[in-house]
Amino acid sequence: MRGVLAATIGFASIAAAVVASAGPPAGAASCSGCHPASTRVASPVPRLAGLDQARIVRAMEDFRSGKRSATVMDRIAKGFTDDEIQAIAAWYASQR
Amino acid sequence: MKADRREFLKSAVAVTASAALFPARTFARGAAPRVVVVGGGFAGASCARALRKADPSIAVTLVEPNATFTACPFSNAVIAGLRELRAQQFTYERVAADGIVVARAIAIAVDAQGRSVTLADGAHLPYDRLVLAPGIDIRWGALPGYDEAAAGQMPHAWRAGEQTLLLRRQLEAMEDGGLVVISAPANPFRCPPGPYERASLIAHYLKTKKPRSKLIVLDAKDAFSKQRLFQSAWNELYPGLLEWVPLSKGGNVTSVDAATRTLVTDFGRHKATVANVIPPQKAGRIAEVAGVADRTGWCPIDPVTFESKLQPRIHVIGDAAIAGAMPKSAFAANAHAKACADAVARLVTGGAPSAPKLINTCYSLVAPDYGISIAGVYQPSGGQLAEVPGSGGVSPADAPRATRALEAVLAESWFRTITAETFG
Repeated sequence: MRGVLAATIGFASIAAAVVASAGPPAGAASCSGCHPASTRVASPVPRLAGLDQARIVRAMEDFRSGKRSATVMDRIAKGFTDDEIQAIAAWYASQR
Repeated sequence: MKADRREFLKSAVAVTASAALFPARTFARGAAPRVVVVGGGFAGASCARALRKADPSIAVTLVEPNATFTACPFSNAVIAGLRELRAQQFTYERVAADGIVVARAIAIAVDAQGRSVTLADGAHLPYDRLVLAPGIDIRWGALPGYDEAAAGQMPHAWRAGEQTLLLRRQLEAMEDGGLVVISAPANPFRCPPGPYERASLIAHYLKTKKPRSKLIVLDAKDAFSKQRLFQSAWNELYPGLLEWVPLSKGGNVTSVDAATRTLVTDFGRHKATVANVIPPQKAGRIAEVAGVADRTGWCPIDPVTFESKLQPRIHVIGDAAIAGAMPKSAFAANAHAKACADAVARLVTGGAPSAPKLINTCYSLVAPDYGISIAGVYQPSGGQLAEVPGSGGVSPADAPRATRALEAVLAESWFRTITAETFG
């Protein structure tokens, strides 16, 4: 319980830091090479803007550990740290 | 001396010394920061748009002579008759609608000290920061016998457009039983898996339309991108039709004769019915003119800001840049563009750039329903963009055909997504 609370505070502070800075956190801008930024693009790859932060984090963790199968995301997720994943997820969750 | 000290003190007050002098001057003038981007491809057009998105107060001019951009990714499918060239073509209307001034002109000179770009009509575009995204030029003369006239007989088709259609028409006109020869250059060059995707899709065309024909790839290398995946697919799909000749087996083409469509190697001569010469390349011409290309013909850059290591306030992105471990791909060009835009937007408004993290993903089609990929994650390390250890790699060697079919679908959706972000 305390762990969850600490983690939540951790997320909140990262989210606040993201909002305070101008641009997307490191790594986030590259995602839109495959994940459409626009709602007008037809793609089987999900749009990230507005997705739930915890859902993005869980997906990245599962891709990284191999728990969730993937074509390329397993290889890409292995290049990101926990903190980077949190920051990217928080930023996309805050986008519309 | 006094002035120097004043400048120094001013710098010391600001967050970073490198970013301090210029914004102070800009703000004193009360003018909007001006960024000029030269080159309207995946790097340049993406960067212009990302700059406006990062900070709408920046005045962005995109210099590009062509009204229509013709994309190279998927142009191999056009050559193989699987796709029309118009599916590769995009205009700059949406780019202009973002508030970017699109100057339809050729940039012929850069004054790095006076900070201005000269256009072919003599006009000058002053800038606070310049982004060069000139793509590639063919290194004419590097392969004896291969000049611009020879490219009319033996197309390179390595800049998409007329050359793409010329190679397609030659394949369509070839009789069944003809010999197609592709020559692939030494590293580095635009799109490392490109020659092998092209060989695959031409082999697919020959297998379905002209099955008595043969395809030889003469290579100046002994290894290439996604090699095992390509070769295993070739054995499965095109046995006896496609032969790859590496450097060590005499693959290096030392000269060509356009009149007879002959490619000469150290080991012999290959007289082709259709010859596709993918020649050695270098950064687009304006890079050399601006003094940002080194003796290799490519442009060394800072891995955080993409600023040239040879000229201040000039940034180089896309194929022209020496981007460490990142390949020369459209995906990488678009990723450079967004990281560079973030750094430039900070620099022109007095902020400090932060280290980027970049991704590359490249799909190749071995057949229309057979896709393979390579992916990587990169970050600045030791003055270069280095691959993050433990990340990246190619599609699994033992993936089922359903996965190959899925990657072919993902390849097309990638193209729709990246062209929408760049031009849509």
